[in-house]
Amino acid sequence: MELTRRDLLATFLATPAVMAAGCSSSPALLPLEGSIVGASAAIGHRLRDGFRPTPAENRWQTVGVVIVGGGIAGLAAAWRLTQAGFDDFVVLELEPSAGGTSTSGTLGGISCPWGAHYLPVPLQENRGLLKLLDEMGVLEGRAADGEPIVAEQFLCRDPSKRLFFEGEWHEGLHPRAGESAADSRDWAAFQKQIDGWVAWRDARGRRAFSLPAATCSDDAEVTALDKICMADWLARQNLKSARLRWLVDYACRDDFGLTVEQTSAWAGLFYFASRLRAPGAEPQPLLTWPEGNGHLVEHLRLALGDALRTGWGVSEMIPQTGDKRGVDIVAVSHEGTDAAGFHARDAIFCAPHFLAPHLIRDFRKSRSTDAAEFQYGSWMVANLLLRERPRETGFPLAWDNVLYGSPSLGYVTATHQQGIDRGPTVFTYYYPFCDDNPRAGRARLAALSWNDCAEIVLSDLERAHPEIRRLVTRLDVMHWGHAMIRPRPGFVWGTARVQEALPFGAIRFANTDLSGVALFEEAYYHGVRAAEEILVDRGVPFDSLY
Amino acid sequence: MTRAPLFLLYLNVLVVATCGLIYELLAGTLASYVLGDSVTQFSLVIGVYLSALGVGAWLSRFITRDLARAFVEVEMGVALLGGTSAPLLFFGFGHLSWFHLMLFGVVFAIGVLVGLELPLLMRILKEHLDFSDLVSRVLAFDYIGALLASLLFPLFLIPQLGLVRTSLAFGILNALVGLWGTWLLKPLIVGPLLGLRVRGLAVIGLLTAGLVTADRLTDLAEQQMFPHPVVYTRTTSYQRIVVTQGVGTFQLFLNGNLQFNSSDEYRYHEALVHPALVAASTPRKVLVLGGGDGLAVREILKHPAVEAVTLVDIDPEMTALADRFPPLQKLNNAALHDRRVAIEHADALIWLEQCTDIFDAAIIDFPDPNTFSLGKLYTTRFYKLLKARLAPQAAVAIQCTSPLVARASFWCIVRTLEAAGFTVEPYQAAVPSFGVWGYCLARPVAEASSVAGTRAAARRVELPPELLSQLRFLNNRTYRSLFDLPEDAGPVPVEINRLDNQMLVRYYEAEWKHWN
Repeated sequence: MELTRRDLLATFLATPAVMAAGCSSSPALLPLEGSIVGASAAIGHRLRDGFRPTPAENRWQTVGVVIVGGGIAGLAAAWRLTQAGFDDFVVLELEPSAGGTSTSGTLGGISCPWGAHYLPVPLQENRGLLKLLDEMGVLEGRAADGEPIVAEQFLCRDPSKRLFFEGEWHEGLHPRAGESAADSRDWAAFQKQIDGWVAWRDARGRRAFSLPAATCSDDAEVTALDKICMADWLARQNLKSARLRWLVDYACRDDFGLTVEQTSAWAGLFYFASRLRAPGAEPQPLLTWPEGNGHLVEHLRLALGDALRTGWGVSEMIPQTGDKRGVDIVAVSHEGTDAAGFHARDAIFCAPHFLAPHLIRDFRKSRSTDAAEFQYGSWMVANLLLRERPRETGFPLAWDNVLYGSPSLGYVTATHQQGIDRGPTVFTYYYPFCDDNPRAGRARLAALSWNDCAEIVLSDLERAHPEIRRLVTRLDVMHWGHAMIRPRPGFVWGTARVQEALPFGAIRFANTDLSGVALFEEAYYHGVRAAEEILVDRGVPFDSLY
Repeated sequence: MTRAPLFLLYLNVLVVATCGLIYELLAGTLASYVLGDSVTQFSLVIGVYLSALGVGAWLSRFITRDLARAFVEVEMGVALLGGTSAPLLFFGFGHLSWFHLMLFGVVFAIGVLVGLELPLLMRILKEHLDFSDLVSRVLAFDYIGALLASLLFPLFLIPQLGLVRTSLAFGILNALVGLWGTWLLKPLIVGPLLGLRVRGLAVIGLLTAGLVTADRLTDLAEQQMFPHPVVYTRTTSYQRIVVTQGVGTFQLFLNGNLQFNSSDEYRYHEALVHPALVAASTPRKVLVLGGGDGLAVREILKHPAVEAVTLVDIDPEMTALADRFPPLQKLNNAALHDRRVAIEHADALIWLEQCTDIFDAAIIDFPDPNTFSLGKLYTTRFYKLLKARLAPQAAVAIQCTSPLVARASFWCIVRTLEAAGFTVEPYQAAVPSFGVWGYCLARPVAEASSVAGTRAAARRVELPPELLSQLRFLNNRTYRSLFDLPEDAGPVPVEINRLDNQMLVRYYEAEWKHWN
């Protein structure tokens, strides 16, 4: 179905102001270049539809460990093995470059993220992740209280966040200008609730919410939160402020691609409480790089050399039967023209978990739970090359720039962390598809042409930057069909998530999906954990990071 | 002709004379503003103008027919040229390398036209008047007009209207007289009048449009922000540069903030530069960050040890200002053209990240930290990058805003330098245009024991005699007193300014808001 511009904007931006603006200005697009880039849906869909190539006899090799998927989990697993001096492994990644949803690129010579773009500074308890940051030279040492000291240039430069609210930019994301007494009372009550959860400890001394999520308490008081949605939790606390609700909804969409009504209250509170060191503390500062988490990808990737095989997607994993331990793995080249086989003793499955039943022979038959419980939201990410910054009044351009009331998440400024305050820049714009039915969202995304995407992005940004169309010279779009696991109520503490994480023969699972939330910390944790399990198995000596 | 039109004709002479002198004064004033040296400029402008009057008077003999029409046409010409003279000259100054030629060309052309006026008028009137009566009256009104102009110009026109508006307004007045002449001299004009009147209206229309848009040329609202007339403006990618001209002095403003006043900038710059260069003992390679006006470089070049100066200023228009505005070239002694000086245009933070050179001294002369993009140039990150580019015995001086008005900002810079590993000695100097002004002398040595050493050393310094002879502000006694901070500028508890908190911008905004 062909959408008119009016339909398109009504459906995707749903704001009367945009409609009015859209009707008065010419809908003609655009003396503007760009394309839809990334994610190799074609070969993926062929595999889904039964394409199973067979490698020639001489294309089989034997290897200790095959790591399936070169996202953060796969890279972290490989990095962990390398750290322990174990190098008998390969990483197979379908895309031409590693990184998964932390991938990055350049536009007009400016580095920019295509997905995840920041990492809160880990608390001292997250030893495994601090080890990586230490190795990268991000940390300068430890403070007297044991918390890490981060080198200044890696912390998000101030001003970090601003909000376009009632026609003007304001510092921070919480709209304070003109708030009512009820608004500020609700805000204080919400903070108090969060502080309560930050202070909370179970009988074993575990926090309710901490990173990695595996260290969270499984006390019934905490897991009960997973049974309701975040909106219901707000209602139960009698928190009615529209501004507070907007902020919480924004947080849920930002971290999980779900609205406040769709997000598990456990996940919603996890977002707010896991990043606070102590009650009343400021949230942990953010680490960021011009190319976003692509910087972390690059560091993890460097140690791998030719053990990383990009452009090779796994088409089939065949666990050995009987007393033979191991797994045979068939990989197909990106174009689908070439196939190779690996006899592996171990495998780590780091691809999105929904692929497991498609790729692992007999997986569906032998599990009581359903991998279809793992649901994924879709995202549209656009990178806009601007020849000049928009002129503006109010609070100046920040790193993260959010539009109140927009279904998008706004944009981050790629040149911000480089300290470049003038001249050309790249805005990275994020739009999550929060459809109740994730398939419907994916279909809506897939139906969008580049023109549609550009029109949505520009019409949205036009509200805050009326001259945006005159400044943008290139606009590239990435469609993420399966961008993020969705922590809807019941999923994080349901049985499927726990059961699905259990090894399947010689195949271990390591993916952020197994935590129920899509975070760098979780992917990294699972990759390191799975690698360490294999090291234990093989009797390789090492000091555990966790 | 009846008595009434005759009286009106004398009024005409009065207006014409006033306008003529106004144009001359405008050209002289504008030339002194933009070129400096008002005696020379006025002398040259008067000389060229008077000689052009003579040329015009002489040329009048070649006009033999239809004198009244010629007179009206000359009026229109003077109106157009005189009326647009100030905006044209301002534009030419900013854009042309042959500004002098343009200036004297315009003055000469106006002079010739004005020189034609009286002879033509007298020849027109001689048929109707006794010659001795005519000469006495016309010249009397001419000189009264001159008096009127010379009084109006400094007392009312320049303070209230500024150069551009005065020029346009008198052009309109001049054109109105010309247009009025088509009625007054109607019996004497041969042929149709319509063409003349249309031209008169066109000139009036053009100048009126100029007056309306003058706000965009030199913004009246902007002008009112400054105590002196604006003589140069340029909006660059980075800032708005404005130069104003007072009596014998000029001032540079960036985004409306005073950067220096030529009358007392030597105090500011001597205090900024010499403590660091003396502390560095033999500063061969000197880094200047900011300071595109070249005034700090002028002071640096007074040290014979200096072999190379690298100046990093983000704005090419700023380092070119001395070339465009000759009084600054004179003031900074053409320092930016010295063969020892290399200029780079970059954001200083990014430049430092990429720099591989080592310097013996650094002078930091950024505008006050009133935006986040300036605030980042005062962070621990910035100072650590700077420290990595300094020789072990190097010394750095930093302008640190007013310790009186912005005490927390001042001490925030001190503490931030200390946090970056510098030993810091804060100091201050009185600069009348700014009040009490603050600086830091910083050395890249970390040991606690050396703090007292640096302090004591700074107070023991004897400035070299060959340097002292070139200084107007500092002598050995004032040098040592720089380091005595008054009680009301003493330390206050502050946070460190980091890239990720930009505390300084927040202190600064709060303190100056309070002050204003």
